[in-house]
Amino acid sequence: MPLDERSIYLRKLVIRGLAGGGRGHLGPAMSLIEILRVLYDDVLRFQPQNPTWKNRDRCILSKGHGCLGLYAILADKNYFPLETLDTFCKRDSILGGHPEAGKIPGVEASTGSLGHGMSIGLGMALAARIEKRDSRVFVIVGDGEINEGSVWEAALSAGKHGLDSFTVLVDYNKIQASGPTKDIQDLEPLLDKWRSFGFAATEVDGHDVGALRGVLTALPLAAGKPNAVICHTTKGKGIPFAENNPDWHHKAKIGSEEISNMISALDSYHA
Amino acid sequence: MRKVCLDTVHLLAKRDPRVVFIGSDLGPGVLAGMKKEFPERYFMEGISEANVIGMAAGLAMDGFIPYVNTIATFITRRGFEQVALDLCLHRLPVRLIGNGGGVVYAPLGPTHLAVDDFALMRVLPNMTVMAVSDADEMRRLMVQSLDWPDPIYIRLAKGGDKIISKEENSFAIGKAIPMRKASAADYVLFVTTGVMTTHTLAAAESLIAKGIDSTILHFHTIKPLDAPALLSYAAQAKAIVTVEEHSCVGGFGSAIIEALIDNLTTIPPVKRIGLADAFSQHYGAQNDLFEVNGLMPQQIAETTERFLNRIANLPSGGLANGPTL
Repeated sequence: MPLDERSIYLRKLVIRGLAGGGRGHLGPAMSLIEILRVLYDDVLRFQPQNPTWKNRDRCILSKGHGCLGLYAILADKNYFPLETLDTFCKRDSILGGHPEAGKIPGVEASTGSLGHGMSIGLGMALAARIEKRDSRVFVIVGDGEINEGSVWEAALSAGKHGLDSFTVLVDYNKIQASGPTKDIQDLEPLLDKWRSFGFAATEVDGHDVGALRGVLTALPLAAGKPNAVICHTTKGKGIPFAENNPDWHHKAKIGSEEISNMISALDSYHA
Repeated sequence: MRKVCLDTVHLLAKRDPRVVFIGSDLGPGVLAGMKKEFPERYFMEGISEANVIGMAAGLAMDGFIPYVNTIATFITRRGFEQVALDLCLHRLPVRLIGNGGGVVYAPLGPTHLAVDDFALMRVLPNMTVMAVSDADEMRRLMVQSLDWPDPIYIRLAKGGDKIISKEENSFAIGKAIPMRKASAADYVLFVTTGVMTTHTLAAAESLIAKGIDSTILHFHTIKPLDAPALLSYAAQAKAIVTVEEHSCVGGFGSAIIEALIDNLTTIPPVKRIGLADAFSQHYGAQNDLFEVNGLMPQQIAETTERFLNRIANLPSGGLANGPTL
């Protein structure tokens, strides 16, 4: 799937953060970009100047290690200045290696330890139902993350409550920290799993902006059921030497030459 | 105590639309009145502590005040990371109500004994930790819990516990209550929490016959610890005895010692009475495990007397090389 100018631009913002911190989770951020882009450009209701607006839709990045992708889109939407990306992971920055609510405008919940976002999002969806608000809740989970039992506890509960305002998006890049998900902890048949927990589920190319837009603007998939959208993605998407490469899941040290190589790779990708 | 606690949740729900209740498979009929009156604010979820606590966090992030109830050891151990991150890191007003604190579930064995709940909860920043002495005090706590800004862990005792708390003593979260005052200085200072305050009151009575006078300071709130109250009574004490239905590792007595060390240069001799650092080897009733661990009133009195004798027989210089009691 080719990347258009906006997708390239957002990835360059990720690299700006990566360069600022000299470290970070590259692969898990790059696989997320189109999911976040479509959510924030076409689906979510929000007010960057009033991030706690009661009637907003909530988006929780449960796979908090993909935060550079979230920071890129939040900066792009003017939740905070683009220059803040340069402070990533620095001592007094608001942008840490995992996102923290209360520090970063637009971040709904502090995540990082995996398997927390679904239950929190479920609570938010129930809160909206009690208050008769039409706010919707979107939770983005990683494929490695859904090894966690708490994800499936939340799934059981979401199915029971029949919350069609609740959507889980699985960033299914098929590679976790140690290698392919099919070797570490095979998730298949993944669509059937969600359906058996009471979800309406579908799958989509997670880098195809048009296809994502088609699915996410037509929610709910079925009345009275929570939604599961499995997004088939590529880890490290846009940086050929990082694509599908577990070595680029996380780097504790990234030099300026590597940053230049990433920018060049993106420019070539664009071409 | 549990009935008063949950009935008060219903009462608070009538007063305040922010109050919601979440149980984790608590059995039939729990808070049936609230379920009927406010079905949209009553949740009986499955056996899924991590999910229940996360869900409570989400509700609290959107302005609700969730009261979450299940067995104490499950609520503190099973969902510990959710308590730490979802509740404490976000500083949310969620109330965790733990059934069967301490050794209430003696016949059910070590899987059901909450002997480390104080330690687990008090180590978390922003957490408030409570263990009241009786149902009346529980009612006072619950009413105040509504507007407390932080997460609270509330340990429930067995139920049917003797009423020792008094309305006139007043009640404020974070403030210790003197339950007995010695008639002169140079007294034994008992610092107690939960139903051990009741046992210690009885122990103190029996010590009078031995010529031992004591003050009892009851801490229904273990965190934040009322250090000023502790220090004001500790200064006049010849010895301090802490009593808790909890492992001696990391619990209430440990918190007391930390406060003393952090604030005083000269500390009276301290004896901690609590549960052994071991998984229980017995069943029976709660009182059986109290007896095994020296927590019955007469045992508390005897341990205190032995401790005082030991202090009296020591050369100046302290307890460092003395025999184990």
